[in-house]
Parts: sequence; C-alpha cells; structure tokens
Amino acid sequence: MIEFRKEFFADERDDDLNEIGKPTRRQDILGHVTGRSPFFDDHQFDGLLHLRCVRSPHHHARIRRVDTSQAEKMPGVVRVLTGKDVPTNLNTLLSLLDFGIDDEPILSDKKVAYRGEPVAAVIAATEAQARAAVKAVRVDWEVLPHVLDVEEAIKPGAPKVLDIYPNNKFIYHGKYDHQKLRFGDVEAAFASADHIVEGRYQMSPIEQAPIETCGAIAAPEQNDRYVCYTSTQALFFSLGTAAKVLQTPSSKLHFVGGTVGGGFGGKVDSIHEPLAILGAMLTGRPVKYAWDREEEMQVGAPRGAERWYIKDAVNRDGRITARKFIGYFDSGAYTRLSSYAIIKGVGHLPGPYTIPNVYADVYCVYTNRTPATAMRGFGITGVDFAIETHMDKVAETVGLNPIELRILNSYRDGDMKAHRREAKNCALVECCQVVAEKAGITLSAEARAATSLTGGGGERARIPNYTATDQNGRVEGFDTGSYARKSGSGPAAATAQPSTAQPARAPQPGSQPASRPASASRPEQAPPRADPPAKPPESRPAASRSGAMRFSSLSGFRRR
Amino acid sequence: MTSTVLTVATMGEAARAVAQGATFFGGGTIVMRDVNAGTAAASIVRTTDPSLKDIRISGDTVTLGAGVTMASVLANRDLEFLHPVARLVGGPQIRNMGTVGGNLFAPHPYGDFAVALLALGARVVMAGQGGARPIDDLLRDRSRSPGLVAAIEFARPRPGTFGFLKVSRIKPKGVSVLSVSALLPREGGRIRGARVAWGAMGAGPQRGSSAERALEGQSLNAETIGRAAATAAEGLNPATDAIATDWYRREVAGVHLKRMLEQMERG
Amino acid sequence: MMAKTPVNFTLNGNDRAAFAEDGQNLLEFLRRGVGDMSPKYGCGQGTCGACTVLVDGETHLSCLVLAETVDGKEVRTASGLSSPALDPLQTAFMEHFAAQCGYCTPGMLVSARALLDRNPRPSREEVIEAISGNLCRCTGYEPIIQAILAVAEGRARA
Repeated sequence: MIEFRKEFFADERDDDLNEIGKPTRRQDILGHVTGRSPFFDDHQFDGLLHLRCVRSPHHHARIRRVDTSQAEKMPGVVRVLTGKDVPTNLNTLLSLLDFGIDDEPILSDKKVAYRGEPVAAVIAATEAQARAAVKAVRVDWEVLPHVLDVEEAIKPGAPKVLDIYPNNKFIYHGKYDHQKLRFGDVEAAFASADHIVEGRYQMSPIEQAPIETCGAIAAPEQNDRYVCYTSTQALFFSLGTAAKVLQTPSSKLHFVGGTVGGGFGGKVDSIHEPLAILGAMLTGRPVKYAWDREEEMQVGAPRGAERWYIKDAVNRDGRITARKFIGYFDSGAYTRLSSYAIIKGVGHLPGPYTIPNVYADVYCVYTNRTPATAMRGFGITGVDFAIETHMDKVAETVGLNPIELRILNSYRDGDMKAHRREAKNCALVECCQVVAEKAGITLSAEARAATSLTGGGGERARIPNYTATDQNGRVEGFDTGSYARKSGSGPAAATAQPSTAQPARAPQPGSQPASRPASASRPEQAPPRADPPAKPPESRPAASRSGAMRFSSLSGFRRR
Repeated sequence: MTSTVLTVATMGEAARAVAQGATFFGGGTIVMRDVNAGTAAASIVRTTDPSLKDIRISGDTVTLGAGVTMASVLANRDLEFLHPVARLVGGPQIRNMGTVGGNLFAPHPYGDFAVALLALGARVVMAGQGGARPIDDLLRDRSRSPGLVAAIEFARPRPGTFGFLKVSRIKPKGVSVLSVSALLPREGGRIRGARVAWGAMGAGPQRGSSAERALEGQSLNAETIGRAAATAAEGLNPATDAIATDWYRREVAGVHLKRMLEQMERG
Repeated sequence: MMAKTPVNFTLNGNDRAAFAEDGQNLLEFLRRGVGDMSPKYGCGQGTCGACTVLVDGETHLSCLVLAETVDGKEVRTASGLSSPALDPLQTAFMEHFAAQCGYCTPGMLVSARALLDRNPRPSREEVIEAISGNLCRCTGYEPIIQAILAVAEGRARA
C-alpha cells in the first residue's frame, strides 16, 4: 500500500505522473516466472571445463612453494594455472578507475593475506574432478601472525598486511593516512558546550548472500574473440579489468551480462572473468569459474566492517554545535573499492543536520579479513546507523523526544553543509513530521510548524571564518597526481610482480588506456610492448589524461 | 573424490555392503551434500527394498521402517503425537526426502527427530541381526560403523506424557539452537521412568540426566518444573557454532525446558 | 572413464532419456544433461530451495536427489508450468512483484504449485510453511505470499 503525501512541496512539481502510482510490470518478470531469464550459467556448452581454485586456509602466510605436479596428473585435469600464467597478475580495477594502486594478485604467488585467497586454479572436465585435483595441490606455507581488528591493525608492531601502505592504512591524496573533513573548530565548541555526548558504534562485515553465487563462463568465439557470460553487476568494470589483466584489447572480448541473480553490491567488482577467459584461451574450450556456496560466504567480498567514534557538543536546548567523527573501515586484505567507499561516506557527514563545526578522520584500514566491497548504500549505511543511534543518545541526554531533536537540528534549504555545498531539496523535517504522525507522537508547536523551506540560509549559509586544519597523519613517498602510482621508485617497487608479466601502469598522457595490439592474444609470454617515451620516475603526468577521468574527478581524488 | 552408487534390492544386501565400508544412502539429504562437495565415501549403497518404508502399528507398538520419511509420518493419523516433531525437521522439501533412520545419524546441529525417539525410549532393529537394541546405544556408537538400521520401534505414549520443543532463530524452518523432548509416564500422579533428551547440546542427541533426576518421583507442577530448569544444563557440554555459543545454549537450556514442561502441564 | 547410468523418465509430461554420471545430482542432470535450465544452483546443500522440482508430485531438492533415482518417475520443473498458457501462479507473481532478480522464482513457483495442488485454499500460515524451504534475498517474501493467496482466493486471472 503506497500512500502519496502530495501536499508536501506541491508547488515544486507537476502532478502528471505517468508511471509512479500506476500498476506496471517489470520488463524481465515474464522470463523470471517461466524460468527463461538467462543467468550466466543458463547456457549450454559442449565440452565445458570447470575451474576451481586452491585457496589459503591461513589468514596470513608466505608461500614457499606451490606443487601442482600431482594435481596435473589426476583424472580429467586439463590445465593447472598459477600466478606466472596470468599476463598481468593483478586485479586492475583500481588503476582502471584511477582510484588507487593495484595491490591484489589474481593468483597469489608470494604471500596470502586472507583465508580463502586463491593461489592456483585447476581446470578439469567435471566439477568433481576439479575438486579432487584441488586437494592434490601441495602448498608449503610459512604461517605469519595475523590481525583481524581495525584498531589493532594500526598499532605499531601490528602484522603488515600490504607492503605498499605503511601501518596498514590507505594513503589519501598522496598525503595523509586518512580522509579528513574540516569545517569550523570542534575543539572550541567542545570547550563551551553544555553537554558532551560520546558514543562508539560498530558493525561486523555483512555478506550479501545472493541466491546466485558469483561466476562466469568464457568460451572461444570466432575471429579470435572470447565470449564471457558473467554474473557481474558492473559489466564495463569487468570488461576493462579483464582486458588489462589479460593484456588483450577489449574489442577481443564479448561480455554478456545483465541478468544477475541478486547482487546487492557484492558483484560490482567481480573477478571471475579474467580466469575464466584465460582458461578458455589456454585450453581452447569453454571454461566455467563459479563459486559454490561456501566460497560465496567465505571468499566473496562482504560489506566491510566499520567502527565509529562520535563526539557531539550539545546546547541545553538540544542544538548540536559540533560533531567529531573518528571512523575505521575494515578494507580486509586488499583495497578494492574501500578507498572509494570512504570518500562517499565522508561526503555524507555529519548526516542530514546543520552543525556549524564538523571534524572527521576516516581510515581505510587493512586487516587479514576477506577484502570488502559494496553493499546497499555503499559507504553510507554503516555511518548512518552510527549517526542515528547517536542522535537518540543526544535526545536522551537533553531530555527531548528523538523526533523533536532531529527536526531541531535538521538541515534546511540554503544551509551550508560541512563539505562546503549548499543544501538543496531537503526533506528531513517533513519525513520526521509524518513519522511522528504515524507513531502517534505529539510534536511541539514549533516542530509541527517547521518546514525544510523555511529557517535555512542566512547565517546558516556561511562558511565559518576559521576552520582548524592540521597535518596529522602526513605521509611521504606517495604521488598526489595519480592514485595508480607511488612516487619515487615507481609502481614496480610498490607491488610485488611475477617475473614474466608487465606491471600495471597508470595511463600516460596521450596514450591509449589499457589496450594492446592485436597480436597479443596468446598470453603465455608477455608480448613486447611499445613503452611511452622514458620519463624519470618522479615526474608527474600533465593534468589532462585520457581514459578513466570521470570517476576520479567525481570522487575528489583529483585536484580541480 | 567421485562416488559410485550401488543399488541393491534387499536390506540384507545393503547391510553386507555397509559392513564392507559402503556409506548407506537413505533419503540423500545428508549423503548428497558430501557427494556434491566431493567429500563422500567412494562407495555408496542404496536399496529399493519396500520394507524400508513400512509403518506398522500393532496395539500400542509403532514400528517405523528406517526409510519412512518425515512427510509420511505427517500423513499418518496414528502418529499425531510425532507431528510437532516431524513438522520442524527441515523445510517441506526436506520432509519429503529425509528419513527417520537417516536422522539418527545426522550430525550436529541436526537430528531433532532422533531426540524425540531418544526421549520415547525407542529401540532400533539392525538389518541382518535379530532383536532390537536401545536407541541410546546406537546414538552412542553411531560414529563407529554400527551397521544398518532397518527399523525403529517404540510404544505410543499415553496422552499428555510426551513433549517436544525445538528452538531456532528462524521459523518455521530453522536450524536448532537446541531441541528438548521428554517422556514423563505417571503413576498415581507421580512421574515414573522420566526420560529427557536434548538436541544440539553436545556431539549428538543425548539424555538429560540432571533434569530426569529432578523430575523423577515428583508431580509435574511449578515447583518441580522450576527445580528441573535450574539444573537443566548440568552434565551437558554444548558446542559453539555459527548458530549459538556454548554459553548461550547453557544459559537458555533451563528456560526452554521450563517452557516445554509447562506446555505438558497445561495438557 | 565415467560410469554412466541410463535414466528414463518424464519431464513436464514428455518422455525423456539421458545418461547420469556417477554420483551426479538431479539438478546438474536436468541442467547440463537434459537442458532444462529452470531449476537453479544456490547452495548444493539443500538449504536454499532454488533447485526445487516435483518428483512424482512431491517437492524435492534436486541438488540432493541422485539423478539415477528418477528412473521411471515423473519430474516437473518450473519451465513446465506454462503449457503453453501461463499458470495462474505465474500471472499472479507478475502482478504482485513477487520476483525481482528472478533466481529463486522457479523454485518458489514449484513449491507454490505443489501447495495449491494439495490444498487449494491455504491459510496464510500454510502458505508460509509451504515456501519455508525456499529462500529469497530480494522481495522480503510478502509479495510472494500475496501472489499465492491471490490465486488461492480466486483473485488471480487464470
């Protein structure tokens, strides 16, 4: 039952809705109810091979030796892959989007940093034969100490999860070991507050648990092309990543997606396609790489754990005059999209409220947990839980009804937000009023009279005269111009590289993004590549570049 | 490991194969999980012997073939006292497939039907052997290749003497935090021969001797129930798993025993 | 060399024959062996219900059925529900938004069909019990329950 409250903001729209409020039918639902919607696995292939990975049982370990000799002799086994077989043995999503340094091997060969990390891939005629051969791969591990908590991971002496980043923290803007938000002076506000309200909030990783597990089937097509059916939610991310990993022009890859059996964010940075396609390239046959349920739960990237400390300065009347956040995102063993999640999250602070002094330090922390990814409200949902729970605590402290407190502090049109943008199209006040009505709560006259359209702007539209800034967490040795490069010794020093594959590089000005000449379709040997004109490693690229500009400028990684 | 399945016509042949190390395949709800994961034994045996699915009720004695499914129990009017148990095993599909015999060997946290049978003091008939042994012995020996169960027999309980409660986080289909069952025959208003059984409170279905001691010889009233609940967890060693911790199971054992006994008291 | 067992059965009313491999489950047999892609893989452990089919009229988890055991039996899957006109349940699911990603839908429809075949006027509790072996991560179940009740109460078009 949908109830339309058309009296709100009535003069801002024409009420001639053609779709909203009218019955309709999903365009794909006929396929769903007849069992004809084609999920990636719903395609028949003659001679289909099955790929399963050998995975680390340890949270953190060095790999001394991977012995695949027994597995290779087992019934049905066609090929066993290790890191040296992958042309660019890195998850190249970060350099594709210019969000960070590629740090995650496709098949690890030096060390593993989370339980379930893949170190080899067995390709066999049946799934059962692949399972049996996986068990026959012998790995010599040197188990290392591990860390599973964000605050433990950043203490001095904690096990080092990734070699690139000191103290297990992602480096933002090439400068700081956290993302900062500064607006006004919270410490001055704390000193003169009537109340200080503090809270600590946290959330465990949450598994998206779609009913369809992640997977891809790749097969040779005509004209030296490969088709790949995949469960991905982000077809172009997957296509671009596969092209870079396989050092293959994307024109050689025919990706078919679109029917996803539940994703919820867990399939936005899928990594099945490169191995499936590589298997098809090396065997000449169709190859399926799909997770079983146990892998989906253990290996599949969850929504990352978060921990938040919030401290508010509150007036006697309930107005919040300052809010300070210290936040920790648990990225798990690799960066993936967690660095981006924090940018999104920080843009959301301090929540839908006008607070004249705001401070946030948010850390992207590496631990030996499964690498995290997106889920429903990526980067926002966890901190919103913290903010809203904290608002209730503030309400209790000042003796106000929680809805009244929110209406009092709610942003209104024309207010300046903490990241220096004007608030527009606010509607929290009206939402609160309807909630009170539905819950049978009587609001004060002022709260009932409040609107998002009145009371904002004016004094509240000003950026504070003084904003306290600092150089806490300053780090040297990282390039501010591009996340895909570490300054000084260049990317080769930043990441461990297998000997035969080429390191990932950020696109150079004027060069084509990640495309290879047509001859590079047999990746057993890294083909010769035409390097851009030699530059000294410290030089920064010119401001304009091709390829992945849009995302990085949106996120604020690139300076304007 | 890929498994080979042998189908034989009689329970006798199946028992011989089991004695030689084959895994018996009943409804498949447990064995197929292992086959799918590649962890099942190389050799599996199943039988089409129709006696496996017999339900025989003679006076007060019930004999269930080991291959009787939960759905068959639910379809049988004379087994109504077992319906609250069968209805909570798995979901509807599992109930069409899973057997009473298989439930005896279900690993933790499964095996709720076996818990009820343990409370009832059932006896199991082994294929190829004469006589019947107490279910307690079978459950104790179940991981040591005890042979093939052909049938399970028990007496139909007097009205009001049998109780069962399953606790799960999700309903109506959910894995047990714990299950508890009791048979409390009365003589002159006093409990004589109390049997209490717990599920998911240890390695497998087990007797609750401290609860039995608190109940034996007493009337079923609030005071007795309180005493039984207070010592409920004594002697039990529950595990921590994805469903609940050992601490939690110990904490709530008495609460749920009390609820079940109060249900029985109300009649 | 994989041993193969011949399986003769009917699928959605049609006689079929195919070879089952050693230890192959009915789900894989139907999908790859016979070509009926409607039952889905969600867990391989019997907990999600996406693989639900009817064997001799009763719901079974095809991932836990040994394929060779359906020899001589009648198997029905979701793709057999429309014959060719849509089953009222299929129409009701469309009208009530009872599917989003669609992955649990074939299993849900089979469980719902089995319920209504046995009990044409189920209560809400009976509907919930009938689908309790089918997990859905998208809809929150309420639209599915409403769709099934709509058919039961005769509100859905045939």
